[in-house]
Amino acid sequence: MSDLPKNDELFSKLDHRPSGGGDWMDTPIDIRPGMYCYTANPKSMETLSAPNARKWNPMEEDWLLPDNWQEIIHEGLKDRLERFRSLKIFMDICVRCGACSDKCHYFIGTGDPKNMPVLRAELLRSVYRNDFTTAGKIFGRVAGARPMTLEVLKEWWYYFFQCSECRRCSIFCPYGIDTAEITILGRELLNLLGLNIDWIATPVSNCYQTGNHLGIQPHAFKDMLEFFVEDIEDITGVNVMPNFNKKGADILFITPSGDVFADPGTYTCMGYLMLFHFLKEKYGLDVTWSTYASEGGNFGFFTSHETMKRLNAKMYAEAKRLGVKWIIGGECGHMWRVIHQYMDTMNGPADHLEAPVNPITGTKFENAASTKMVHIAEFTADLIKHGKLDLDPSRNDNLRLTFHDSCNPSRGMGLLEEPRYVIRNVAKHFYDMPANTIRENTFCCGSGSGLNAGEDMELRMAGGLPRANAVKHMNQKYDVNMLACVCAIDRAALPDLMSYWDTGADVIGVHELVGNALILPGEKERETDLRGEDLPGREEEADE
Amino acid sequence: MNGKYLYPFLAVCLLALIAWVGSDVFGLRLLFGVILPYAAVVVFFVGFVKRMLDWARSPVPFRIPSTAGQAKTLDWLPQNKIDSPFTTAGVVARMFLEVVTFRSLFRNTKMKINPDGRIAYDLEVFLWLAALAFHYTFLVVLLRHARFFLDPLPLPFEILETIDTFVQIGQPTISLSSFVLLAAVLYLFIRRLYIANVRYISLASDYFPLFLIIGIVLSGILMRYFFKVDVATAKEITYGLTTFQLPALAKLKEVGAIFYIHMFFVSVLLAYFPWSKLMHLGGIFLSPTRNLANNNRAVRHVNPWNYPVKVHTYEEYEDDFREKMIEAGLPVDKKE
Amino acid sequence: MRLEKLIAKHKKQILNQWFEVLTGTYPSDTARFLKANPDSFTNPVGGTARRSMETLLEALIKNAPPEELTPLLDPLIRIRAVQTMFTPSQATAFILDLKSILHTNLANKINDPQDRLEMQAIEKRIDRLLLIAFDIFVRCREKIYHLKATEEQSKIYRAFARAGLVRENIDDQPETGTSK
Repeated sequence: MSDLPKNDELFSKLDHRPSGGGDWMDTPIDIRPGMYCYTANPKSMETLSAPNARKWNPMEEDWLLPDNWQEIIHEGLKDRLERFRSLKIFMDICVRCGACSDKCHYFIGTGDPKNMPVLRAELLRSVYRNDFTTAGKIFGRVAGARPMTLEVLKEWWYYFFQCSECRRCSIFCPYGIDTAEITILGRELLNLLGLNIDWIATPVSNCYQTGNHLGIQPHAFKDMLEFFVEDIEDITGVNVMPNFNKKGADILFITPSGDVFADPGTYTCMGYLMLFHFLKEKYGLDVTWSTYASEGGNFGFFTSHETMKRLNAKMYAEAKRLGVKWIIGGECGHMWRVIHQYMDTMNGPADHLEAPVNPITGTKFENAASTKMVHIAEFTADLIKHGKLDLDPSRNDNLRLTFHDSCNPSRGMGLLEEPRYVIRNVAKHFYDMPANTIRENTFCCGSGSGLNAGEDMELRMAGGLPRANAVKHMNQKYDVNMLACVCAIDRAALPDLMSYWDTGADVIGVHELVGNALILPGEKERETDLRGEDLPGREEEADE
Repeated sequence: MNGKYLYPFLAVCLLALIAWVGSDVFGLRLLFGVILPYAAVVVFFVGFVKRMLDWARSPVPFRIPSTAGQAKTLDWLPQNKIDSPFTTAGVVARMFLEVVTFRSLFRNTKMKINPDGRIAYDLEVFLWLAALAFHYTFLVVLLRHARFFLDPLPLPFEILETIDTFVQIGQPTISLSSFVLLAAVLYLFIRRLYIANVRYISLASDYFPLFLIIGIVLSGILMRYFFKVDVATAKEITYGLTTFQLPALAKLKEVGAIFYIHMFFVSVLLAYFPWSKLMHLGGIFLSPTRNLANNNRAVRHVNPWNYPVKVHTYEEYEDDFREKMIEAGLPVDKKE
Repeated sequence: MRLEKLIAKHKKQILNQWFEVLTGTYPSDTARFLKANPDSFTNPVGGTARRSMETLLEALIKNAPPEELTPLLDPLIRIRAVQTMFTPSQATAFILDLKSILHTNLANKINDPQDRLEMQAIEKRIDRLLLIAFDIFVRCREKIYHLKATEEQSKIYRAFARAGLVRENIDDQPETGTSK
């Protein structure tokens, strides 16, 4: 018994507080399993000719870096300071007021002070001061500067992959300093040394080669969609077979491959298929899917600006090859940040496309006149507003819904009302979560920016706590049993989160709700929803 | 004690000592009263412009506003014209509110209701209030000093001064702004010291300007209310500086060391300004997440260094998968 | 029974000290945040802890059975179980600290043998609470491993690979980083 530690001793061991108003620079890095993702597979890195592809282990002392790695980082940082005003400004003007410090879901959930946004940025700023500012060079640590050491590099890697680039902190910053921007560029620097994670590198490699993150080959992609078509036919009696790679179609539709391969995104995918079939039958709208541009998501965004551009190029290229008029994009978060804020600049101008006009309603999507790509929620909201869809919301009566604003559509785009409008028109029971957890204040699912792997489950669960906590509240207060979202990563990540935190809610894509409510021309009376569960009001009949 | 605030504190004490010893003991009044202020003003302007140009020179490759409200999309959906501005006017409004009311900082300070029903404000509301008080009183104090540089004093300055001194307790009249400024800057300092997470992130370069400004305000208050330096003489010196008429050495001797300490502090602040975080004064106007319109898909943004990248073309893709595509009944461009 | 009433009377003070001990297990800047932010949506750790601890203390006083204690303790332990900065003992030790907090608050009020017996009984309940915490903690960890093992995407990912529908290079397992 006597050699067991006493309670007090346990605490003293745990005491990694900065002593006497201490210094975060003195807190040693402690890389813990569950908080990081496995490192990139060298083969995936080689597909994109990424530098320093090798097998390495973050728990080992030696990270197998090139000899001149410090020089590479220094030059890389210098180059980016010259190319990005954002970086330069954000390095210089932070006054450390602390307004952002408690806004990060990873800080709130993990309790690790280095997850305070200001500190995450200081990890990079300290090196910037040392290398590029006079004060940093003269006063060194007193001026908050520190040289680039292996410890610092490890800290960068550990914490830049504990940021989901959600931008929640940035809206509280009096100067708009955006930690996402710092993380994006920080990861870009890490990639110069081959320090990526596999959950990002392999999807990127797959996407480059086969058109989507999963590496689903063209025939398999078609197989999967045909499988959904069969399911829909079983439920509705209607064959909704889509077009593939069809030249001369009106519209190209691109959605994250997550919708094609992972539940519950697959049901959202069925919703898209039904919607487009409905529009084809009723109004003759011709939509095509592509196996080449079969990925809306872009994990290149989590690697570097260049990689993002290389993957994104397929969208316009395919639209041009097929000769469509414009593009509709499916429900996805970071995909839409890329489309909304980067695509036209990187791979435009898309002069081969027409400014989007909904031929059914006559609505000109003026907000997408240049990029020529419309969000499916905008498209569907417009159709509903003009009464062009035949809907039976009572088929969603068993659902008591709330809506999770995904980070990128809310803070990188401003898409807040469309999904809510669609939900309210296809379902009856909808309740918003508390105001400080939705819309521009929304909390991340905890798994964004390529962190939705399995091995970092603790990080994901801790980071998703604020979101889950609000959903649980809705469950207790309004019996909410379903969390709607417009993001493929959400659909992949939130079910685990809801399950661990025991919120009593499942996860659904907005267009699955549309698919349930949409009355297809010539459909038989449905007995189940898209998930094969009895429709509300049907359970009793089944029992009898 | 901790180096992060000890060193800056000692540095400011040392500055005061230098000014006192320099002006009083060594009689270097010309240096502290004329040469250094001129030099500081030059450093300030040159430095400020240089920093702004340096920032402005670096390109904005992407339009990345952070949106905090509904974007302009469909006509019938209410757009948040300020937090998700589509037009330049919207951006101007957003920036104006940001700069003038510290709107984002205010976002922090929502009132909260405790489980027991009591309404609670967390400390953040004081950050916003103190920041506002600090910046505005600093501005008032600055404008009030116009009387040392302008003759005759334009009317708006007169009015400002009348408002600022409406509380009259004996002579000289009390300028409220100085005391509010002192209180605000002290709060900002104490906050850094006592709120654990703010202390954790604070650097010496966060404490130094605070101490320096405390020094400026204290020396100013001492000069006016305690040492009662002759205002007319002081004005003769400062007015001389603005009109490039060097004050006579005899005049320089009439004002005490406290005047030189005050002047030296101000000179140091001016010279330090462009190389420090205080440049947020200029930087806020250039912040790409705030000063750009959320009209990304409507108006193409051009990246000056956009360069072609290697992509995996459709042709290469079809070459990789042609047989499988044909077998699956997918259309192909080249049928071999 | 006298002691239970005494505890009820000093509940607020005891709870505050207990909460202080819990937040004291975090780095000081985190602790400050956990204490200062009263909104349970933006501070779910602090909010959950306060709620759990308050209901637990009430349940301990009235000698609630384990099946009543478990749901009260669960939300708090569930959080501690994913905060990897804690070892299992560190994550749960705050429960034992309730003993010393009770002692400090009631020391000068315990004078007769009856009180001491009562105190012992309450201490025993706290020990039992720790055992319950142990159960919950392990259950949460098992849940995490279960989620890791059945990580939806990788499951389907592998299903695709087995079906020969994905490119070969993903068959190689990435470096797991667990050799140490």
